[in-house]
Amino acid sequence: MTTTAFKEPVRETSPAATREPRRRTGRIRRTSLPYLLLLPALLLELLVHLVPMVIGIVMSFKELTQFYIRDWGSAPWSGLGNYKVSVDFDAPVGEALLHSFFVTVGFTLLSVGLCWLIGTAAAVFMQDTFRGRGLLRALFLVPYALPVYAAVITWVFMFQHDNGLVNHVLHDQLHLTGKPSFWLIGDNSFYALLTVSVWKGWPFAFLIVTAGLQNIPRELYEAAALDGAGTWQQIRRITLPSLRPVNQVLVLVLFLWTFNDFNTPYVLFGKAAPEAADLVSVHIYQASFVTWNFGTGSAMSVLLLLFLLVVTGGYLLLTSRGRRAFDV
Amino acid sequence: MRSIRAAAVGAVTMSLALAATACGGGSSSGGGADGSPKTLTYWASNQGASIAVDKKVLQPELDKFEKQTGIKVQLEVVPWSDLLNRILTATTSGQGPDVLNIGNTWSASLQATGALLPWDAKNFAEIGGKDRFVGSALGSTGAPGKDPAAVPLYSMAYALYYNKQILADAGISKPPATWDELIADGKKIKATGKSVLGAEGANVSENIHHVFVLAQQHGAHFFTPDGKPDFTDPKVVDAVKQYVDLMAEEQVIPAGDAEYAQNQSVSDFAKGRQAMLLWQSAAANLKSQGMSEDAYGIAPVPVRSGTPGTGAQTNSMVAGINIAVFKSSHHLDGATKFVKFMTGDDEQKILNAAYSTIPPVRTAQGDAAFSTPSNAVLKNTLATSAAALPQVAAESQFETAVGTAVKELFADAAAGRTVTTDSVKAKLEKAQQQMPAA
Amino acid sequence: MSDSPMAPPRSFLWSRRIFLTLLTGFVLVPVYVMVSSSLKPLADVTGTFRWLPSGLTLRPYVDIWSTVPLATYFVNSLIVAGAATICSVMIAVFAAYAVSRYDFRGKRVFTVTVLSTQMFPGILFLLPLFLIYVNIGNATGIALFGSRGGLILTYLTFSLPFSIWMLIGYFDSVPRELDEAALVDGCGPLGALLRIVVPAAIPGIVAVAVYAFMTAWGEVLFASVMTDDTTRTLAVGLQGYSTLNDVYWNQIMAASLVVSVPVVAGFLLLQRYLVAGLTAGAVK
Repeated sequence: MTTTAFKEPVRETSPAATREPRRRTGRIRRTSLPYLLLLPALLLELLVHLVPMVIGIVMSFKELTQFYIRDWGSAPWSGLGNYKVSVDFDAPVGEALLHSFFVTVGFTLLSVGLCWLIGTAAAVFMQDTFRGRGLLRALFLVPYALPVYAAVITWVFMFQHDNGLVNHVLHDQLHLTGKPSFWLIGDNSFYALLTVSVWKGWPFAFLIVTAGLQNIPRELYEAAALDGAGTWQQIRRITLPSLRPVNQVLVLVLFLWTFNDFNTPYVLFGKAAPEAADLVSVHIYQASFVTWNFGTGSAMSVLLLLFLLVVTGGYLLLTSRGRRAFDV
Repeated sequence: MRSIRAAAVGAVTMSLALAATACGGGSSSGGGADGSPKTLTYWASNQGASIAVDKKVLQPELDKFEKQTGIKVQLEVVPWSDLLNRILTATTSGQGPDVLNIGNTWSASLQATGALLPWDAKNFAEIGGKDRFVGSALGSTGAPGKDPAAVPLYSMAYALYYNKQILADAGISKPPATWDELIADGKKIKATGKSVLGAEGANVSENIHHVFVLAQQHGAHFFTPDGKPDFTDPKVVDAVKQYVDLMAEEQVIPAGDAEYAQNQSVSDFAKGRQAMLLWQSAAANLKSQGMSEDAYGIAPVPVRSGTPGTGAQTNSMVAGINIAVFKSSHHLDGATKFVKFMTGDDEQKILNAAYSTIPPVRTAQGDAAFSTPSNAVLKNTLATSAAALPQVAAESQFETAVGTAVKELFADAAAGRTVTTDSVKAKLEKAQQQMPAA
Repeated sequence: MSDSPMAPPRSFLWSRRIFLTLLTGFVLVPVYVMVSSSLKPLADVTGTFRWLPSGLTLRPYVDIWSTVPLATYFVNSLIVAGAATICSVMIAVFAAYAVSRYDFRGKRVFTVTVLSTQMFPGILFLLPLFLIYVNIGNATGIALFGSRGGLILTYLTFSLPFSIWMLIGYFDSVPRELDEAALVDGCGPLGALLRIVVPAAIPGIVAVAVYAFMTAWGEVLFASVMTDDTTRTLAVGLQGYSTLNDVYWNQIMAASLVVSVPVVAGFLLLQRYLVAGLTAGAVK
């Protein structure tokens, strides 16, 4: 579970400019020190993220199947072969990837939407103090704090067909379904995955929005109250608009996090995810580790990366326009 | 100014050094440790009821080996969920154990990577010769015509386990010998309120084992003689449909089994909720779950008609575990010695008895421990009516592709959708197209 | 809003009551299942679900330690997550300080690059990273693959980008005049960082540490490939319970709880800082 975030480092320029004279005196120190401070972070990022990524990109141009994995340098170059296979949507491999991609997009949008909605609603409702608020807030953070495996395996237990809580409640106790449903296989698996993802993800939204709410100046509310705005109107006219910059980051973080999430579907369904819940991360895992075709797996990952780059770039462009005014 | 810079450098170096020491604090995996030629690493598969059980079984034997040869064996029992991944990464990096267990169906796939030591005549001579091993077990050690990539260690076969009490209650005097009988018996059993037959519908490997045997019974194979996938052969389609129909049409397999992947069907059987189970060497497992040996009987897996035999009368795959040596091992000599030890008569008797498997070594098979009625069924099946899964390089992809197709078909059946010849064929066609072009 | 002149209308209060009640149920049910199932005898968890146990037993809590070497995994996780957290926070503090306080060529490139690494699908670099570790091991003799060290390195970089990003925001909020004053008093830049900026940014640092620890504590994919018997972490070790021949759900739940308690407790104890840290840093 890695979280992602972006922030435009714009604020530094003005104060630094005021210190211009002092900078000259210690020129060497000034120029080398920041790099020295960055060095550890830079080295590690290179080692663990950037170099492996470059290797991964190289792999995507190779025919890296079981015959070559022992000495992958000897694998023949396949040019764009792996990419062609991945995007040939008329053939089963490409078709399956496309299907998986759509499932992932649909799942991500729904999950992020619900996480945001529940998180924001909870944060706004809990802005006022009331009895038990502290306890409730702690409780709400539990799903987020639980290790993924522990949380998801509990849901697996609950989603079992024969002995699970969900069917026990829906079927045995409420008689809502004619017969017990399957949650871990077949079409319902999508909703099972969505439920677990939202359960685990919304407290993060709650946390961030709660923090964001504390930055809204109280005077705004007081002024609105004087103008005769009621609670609902205050929420609509002050709270929600003030949260916009927070939301910009939050939605992006949730999006990337959910889109790349591997642990939840993997623990929920195992190595072969049901078609309806075949998220692209597990799909790629299967393409590389289960069918031993690391070339195609890498090509798919690179395509995914490109997609995320485009989406993120577009998103930041679109949202930062509205943001500029707020960033003073 | 210089002192400030020195301090900065010092602080950063210190943090790096701290990171490095904290980061260097692990233990090495010891795979290719040249410095200690007296130590071998051994990855064992999880054969017992738990990893702890495996360690308890194996450690005394490893100690014995150390006493005999002076070579210490470092044991790691790798769960099935991780084993293939670990082998793959070890293969990629050349940094793995010296000796390891593999599922025998993976032999040809792993052979193709070239990471395993080929067992040519010379190597076999060092462990007492190829002839010591049973032919059927040797048939699952690599592609035909090539030197085997591994040596058989434990053999298993499928059998029909049945709950004596439930069958008696349903008025059935002997276990079913054909599928028709099984379905007919199933109706009587259902009348008593018990479920009939267990299956692991979401377990890709289990699915493959069953549809492979059924395909044999239909006279079909999943691959053409020259090793090309041939999943859409009408006979293959019939075989797969027959298996899924046990749930979809005949309803002898309960719908709930469609999501089983962790041997829940064994638990169902052990707890007396279910009359029959098709399983390989389940005795130790059932015992660990508290089912007494008198409570169940063992019979050969049903065939379409007649009695089990070869060809269309096949009723089990050759199941089992092979032991292999990593070619990149720095102690090939010691590794070979260890394989010799593990496949020696004494160890074969001890280990196979502990795991309720059958020794693939002829001389060990004769031991009284393996002639009990239940073991006789397994032994007989292995000797006369078991066939090895296709020994092709793409075997592991075949398991994944077809096994997943069957899993999805089970999911359809469980959801109440009809499973037709066409829907089966469509799934198999998709599976076939996912196979590597080679 | 609490002291706003007008009391919230009934509609607001009722919506709040209903919403929070439903949400509490949603959050609580799995937690309840986890706790109650861990106290049930095996028969209760392998049969039809029951809300109340037929009898309470602590047996699962005794058994978990012998079924799977949980204690070893526990120690491994503590070492890995602890070391990764310490390293990650330290490195992030330095990097964030550089970005927050200095202008230098390549600053933008650095921040954008570091943050964009978070877009990479883990699958893409699992195998390459593994190869790199092995090659480093072969070349230098430093065992990274299969060791806790390799895992620590990996995890600390997982949390690094978010940590740097959050600390930049936090350091920005610490008035520059403070470290200017320290510089005038004869402290070096690092003195200013350690004596002035870090103490002022404790909530942010705690928040970052909690995040780093959670990331390392729960990761499954890399740990399953990069560890062996002796270095396996809890998150992977937990899977040991369900790969057994019988699924001991009560033990799985008990072990899950045992594994969760340290992080959840730590998280809840420090959540105050977390909100404060986020308020001043990330979301500003």
